[in-house]
Amino acid sequence: MSTAAVPVIELKSVAKSFGAVEVLSGVDFMAMPGEVTALVGDNGAGKSTLIKGIAGVQAYDAGTIFFEGKEVHIKSPVDASDLGIEVVYQDLALCDNLDIVQNMFLGREMVRSVSIDSESMEQKAAATLKGLSVRNISSVRQKVSSLSGGQRQTVAIARSVLWENKLVILDEPTAALGVSQTKQVLKMVRDLADTGVAVILISHNMQEVLAVADRVQILRLGQMVANLKASDTNLHSIVSYITGAESLSITGEAAL
Amino acid sequence: MSEELSFKEETKIFLNTIRHGRMGALPAIIGFFVLVVLFSFLSPVFFTSLNFANLLQQSAPLIILAMGLVFILLVAEIDLSAGVTSGLVSAIFVVTLKNFGIPWWLAVILALLVGVGIGLVIGIMVANVGIPSFVVTLAAFLAFQGLQLMVIGQGGLYRVESPSILSLENGNLSVAFGWALAVFLVGFVLFSGLMSRKRRRKNGHANRAISILYFQVAMTALVVFSSVYFLSLHRGSNPQVQIQGVPVAVLVVLVVLIPSSYLLNKTPFGIHVYAVGGNPEGARRAGINVGKLRIIIFMIGSGLASISGLMAASRVGTVDASAGRTVVLSGVAAAVVGGVSLFGGRGRLTDAVIGGLVIAVIDNGLGLLSLPSGLNLAVTGAVLLMAATADALSRKHGTLTGR
Repeated sequence: MSTAAVPVIELKSVAKSFGAVEVLSGVDFMAMPGEVTALVGDNGAGKSTLIKGIAGVQAYDAGTIFFEGKEVHIKSPVDASDLGIEVVYQDLALCDNLDIVQNMFLGREMVRSVSIDSESMEQKAAATLKGLSVRNISSVRQKVSSLSGGQRQTVAIARSVLWENKLVILDEPTAALGVSQTKQVLKMVRDLADTGVAVILISHNMQEVLAVADRVQILRLGQMVANLKASDTNLHSIVSYITGAESLSITGEAAL
Repeated sequence: MSEELSFKEETKIFLNTIRHGRMGALPAIIGFFVLVVLFSFLSPVFFTSLNFANLLQQSAPLIILAMGLVFILLVAEIDLSAGVTSGLVSAIFVVTLKNFGIPWWLAVILALLVGVGIGLVIGIMVANVGIPSFVVTLAAFLAFQGLQLMVIGQGGLYRVESPSILSLENGNLSVAFGWALAVFLVGFVLFSGLMSRKRRRKNGHANRAISILYFQVAMTALVVFSSVYFLSLHRGSNPQVQIQGVPVAVLVVLVVLIPSSYLLNKTPFGIHVYAVGGNPEGARRAGINVGKLRIIIFMIGSGLASISGLMAASRVGTVDASAGRTVVLSGVAAAVVGGVSLFGGRGRLTDAVIGGLVIAVIDNGLGLLSLPSGLNLAVTGAVLLMAATADALSRKHGTLTGR
């Protein structure tokens, strides 16, 4: 990826504490358009806290956020989605009692005068799923409660595609999936990035990270300990950073 | 995608839904007919045009109260004060009408504003302050009884001195109007069904089997036309006075039901209500202002409770300090018996209509048999428990199978 491109999101020394516990201390982070940036780290390393700040769910205590080179303040999920940031959460945040179309358009329904334009919504939802070569969903009018884990993940990712976002954050998208479903979701992740979207992938599965990511950034105890090109690293090295065996702090340009 | 499902496939889907415990209003509909047959055998008065009209009038305040509670139950909240709100509002109505000499419609507007204001306060307490709705509305339940007593005065009893309000529960539509209403309702079901199919076909979406629509229209026509025919019979005991026609109360219920259903089924607000009931955190992350939505829901609930209070006052003809005190549990029972989930996110406004009719039939039928009134309450309680059990079991089943 060319170094001239502007990162979609760039965090400069963000920090967050819960009482006496410092969860993030001066973390730098960035994600480039058209790339899958993997964010890895052990449990409690601060991955979720980092993501919540970008998503507007929970603001940072300190630090600056640049979106496409401009400084922004993200105070709520609405701010984030206005910028074009979409988060696909681990627990999916889908509503079981609504159907696929209603979930994909939730909070952004298409309206004709005052009533919902459900035909247009259905058409757009079906087209988006088709564009992602999703073949495991027979009807977009099914209730989400009747879907399998993989199908739910597909719907959640399709929701982010539908809105033509600039940054999509995927929180452990394959954690609960079987082998073939994982493969399909990873293919979707790659296809998504190839359309020019910046994708942040949080994962505990290093094989998966190396298979799909362009760049790997590693958090350890609230600090960014490495920013590596996926093609330049290997499983052993990543695990060493995560566990602290390789504690040399290599960040930003140093690893390019 | 555009092929139609056959009637056989539709039946299979329907049976599958039932097997998974998603029965909606079906048990209530069956229960209603079973009760009607039962009471018709037990009492010679039950299945008469006079009692049928009486039953509809009796159920109207309950149905409207239950519709308000449907909104609240859909977002997994509760309003224990809905009954006393209806009582307080009716008290404010009769007292302002009597003491301030204002026209009846102004008194109605004032009373309804108070009702909606009550919902606003409850909503803010729940959504912004963060007190569980159970506690807020329990406090309101107690406080409003006191307020109502202060408005009415100890031992006071006010007559509803407004012919317009009295006619809501005592008047009848002309026979011609009743038939026109029936034709309109059946036509509406047929027309909106056909329009929706046409739009879907134009967009290349699959339609459900056409026989489903015909079945719906036929059932609606059967129920509506036979009811209107029955109600158009002369039902007075005195041949000198003509009493016939659909009660005005039915029209009031429809006037509340149709726009509310539209709001809930066809607007983004409606989808957001279901989303908040199904997964509040998910709704919040989708950018829905959950707090504001909860406040609006409580305002709608209290607003409908207020209309219910005016209907109840119209039916009784007087308002005293205890009006509306016990009705809230019947309202919750009506909604739950109709198939609205206590856990939020599932239910329709028509469920309140069906549930309200079931509760009213129990009340009416047992009353005609002149059994002790304690039995009435016990039976209503048992029916509510049965409905809540069905709700809880279907939810448990859903969690186990991931459905």
